[in-house]
Amino acid sequence: MKKEFNTVRKLYTLCILVEDVPGVLSQVSRLFSRKGYNIESIVSGATDKPGITRISIEIMCEELMIEQIAAQCRKLLPVKAVKILDEETCIRREIALIKVRAEDRAARNEIIQLVNIFRAKVIDVGKESLTIWVFGSQSKNTALIETLEDFGILEIAKTGTIAIERGQSTIYDESKLREEYEFGKNVR
Amino acid sequence: MKIPATQAIMECLLEQDVDTVFGYPGGTILNLYDELYRYQDRIHHVLTAHEQGAAHAADGYARSTGKVGVCFATSGPGATNLTTGIATAYLDSSPVVFITCNVGENLLGKDAFQEVDITGIAMPITKATFLVRDAQTIPDVMRQAFAVAASGRPGPVLIDFLKNVTAPSIEIEYEFIPWQQNRTCASIQDLNRSHQLKNPEPDRQDVETLLEMIAQAERPLLLCGGGVVRGRANRQFREFAEKLDAPVAITVMGGGGFPGGHPLTTGMIGMHGSRASNQACAECDLLIAVGCRFSDRVALDPATFAKQAKIVQIDIDRAEIDKNVLTDHHIIGSARRVLEMLNANLPQYDHTAWKEHILPLRAPSVAEDTPVLTPQQVLEVLRTQAPEDAIVATDVGQHQMWAIKYLHFNYPGQLLTSGGFGTMGFGLGAAIGAQIGNPDKRVLHITGDGCFRMNCHELSTVEHYGLPIITVVFNNGTLGMVRQWQSLIYGKRYSATTLDRGPDFVKLAEAYGLRGFRVTCRAEMEEALAQALSCGTGAVIDCMLDMDEMVRPMVAAGSPITDFLLD
Repeated sequence: MKKEFNTVRKLYTLCILVEDVPGVLSQVSRLFSRKGYNIESIVSGATDKPGITRISIEIMCEELMIEQIAAQCRKLLPVKAVKILDEETCIRREIALIKVRAEDRAARNEIIQLVNIFRAKVIDVGKESLTIWVFGSQSKNTALIETLEDFGILEIAKTGTIAIERGQSTIYDESKLREEYEFGKNVR
Repeated sequence: MKIPATQAIMECLLEQDVDTVFGYPGGTILNLYDELYRYQDRIHHVLTAHEQGAAHAADGYARSTGKVGVCFATSGPGATNLTTGIATAYLDSSPVVFITCNVGENLLGKDAFQEVDITGIAMPITKATFLVRDAQTIPDVMRQAFAVAASGRPGPVLIDFLKNVTAPSIEIEYEFIPWQQNRTCASIQDLNRSHQLKNPEPDRQDVETLLEMIAQAERPLLLCGGGVVRGRANRQFREFAEKLDAPVAITVMGGGGFPGGHPLTTGMIGMHGSRASNQACAECDLLIAVGCRFSDRVALDPATFAKQAKIVQIDIDRAEIDKNVLTDHHIIGSARRVLEMLNANLPQYDHTAWKEHILPLRAPSVAEDTPVLTPQQVLEVLRTQAPEDAIVATDVGQHQMWAIKYLHFNYPGQLLTSGGFGTMGFGLGAAIGAQIGNPDKRVLHITGDGCFRMNCHELSTVEHYGLPIITVVFNNGTLGMVRQWQSLIYGKRYSATTLDRGPDFVKLAEAYGLRGFRVTCRAEMEEALAQALSCGTGAVIDCMLDMDEMVRPMVAAGSPITDFLLD
């Protein structure tokens, strides 16, 4: 039987463990650009293993496309493990730093109240501005940003989305690092 | 033992049994060439006229011998001249190690003279690139590069040495380890664990499933792809085909994987595939593709491709599964290993009814007797007069399709053609590489007047090294394949395809010190080929053909495989 692929575009997060060598990020990101896909966000950071970096890429695409990109990605020499995560199976978080205009006391108070509701934090207070730190899901952060727009946003710095699988399973389950990982086994 | 870094590079080549390298020197690679001078008794360097020629030669050497080809070039333009050759090798999965040198560490990234980020440029067209900044890593990098190029699905690898790494004063710790043993070095093992440099062992259950599918099939069709050739699995494939008793269609890259004159073969499949192959593809109920990636020239329309069939893909590269055509079943592994496992449990089948339906569709391949020379006549003369095991290198276009249609290829490496990348100018370079790798064999270079013009300067290499390569130019005064499309699809508006210009290829051959012949009819062709075969030097046979001759049959790009535009 032919494998059925979901043809609906949705948001996938591709988590990739790579050796920390020069050019690895461009090797990985190239796979998306060559297919004409725009990366929504990309985050690269250290892991618990020395010399191994985790790259999280968020992308809007169809299942077949993400499967193919993942397959090409596994062929890259510095790539140790690849896992495709989608909304149902993972937790996604991002951080935003928002500098917002707060020219008078009333505005300031109102902003601080909002910040508390969203469990965000004020991390810098200027004479006419506040800088807010918010951590959470993309929808929560977007909601806060939208409410702050009324005051006048001066600048936003956002991380991309990082993601991890729910429950016990980890990226190492399907990892090239593990000896029992069998190349010859079927993909399904 | 401490030895100079450049010496270590040469020793690493010897570790891999490399005795021939192709290349072109220049400023930054001088240190390497200086060392090569000392190694000239053990490593034969072939100087080409252009780096592209060197890249194609290394590729042709690799394809025809099954060994890893090696090609040197300098930084900047030397390196970028390689890129077409690298991409050609990549698309056709040919194992070649390209070695370039870059400017020194102190100049890196400063747009120095002849500096280019070649590892960046080559990234999308290689299996791996290595930028060597530390001389101590040379042995590891060299061993890894060869291991990566040759293992799994083969392909090109690029190593870029900074000039200071190759400085004569640099010494490194080195111990000679032959390649059979150095695959067990710690550094390679690391790679092995993460990247499976061994060929993947096919899953037994997958093989069983295919055997069951075969038992249920009434109209099976086999597809012989480039994987059979690269994996040198021709014997296993033949045994499989004969036991299965099914028609065999051959892709362009599969040429040589299955005997061209075998009673089961239906010839080429795809855009210029035979009616037998394409019809069989449309009607079969089980399609077993071995080492084939269903490119757009084979599966012209993926949605209707073999739509009555269960499609089974046997490939060494998992990323090829479900890429172009969705499959019903697949087996990951080398063609040879998978076919061995299948053959071990495959009973003898009899599909006479199905064969009797498909095989008669094969067109008789006898050239018509006409006063003007036709492509088929040229090829018939080549087929009957040239040695049967002659290696054939082609360029790209009409002559390529005719050559593959009308000549028979019987062993892997007999046909050298740029199937994936479609590189005009590939043929002569590849022929040079093949002749150097196979001094006992006759090498024929089949080209068109457009393609030949692109790299004909390599005739100087043919002459210098005394290579008896016979170049057969299908000279129709036009870019034939493009003209064919213009005739059929673009209302005969021949935009920039007419080649009403020089040079005179006979005089050109003579200018390079080779024999030149011009032929206008079959008898002249027979005479010229006889002379070329016996003259002992390279020769060019300029065959004057009609410009409106077309490659038949033809299916338009993207159309169902049996919608013939031309019969």
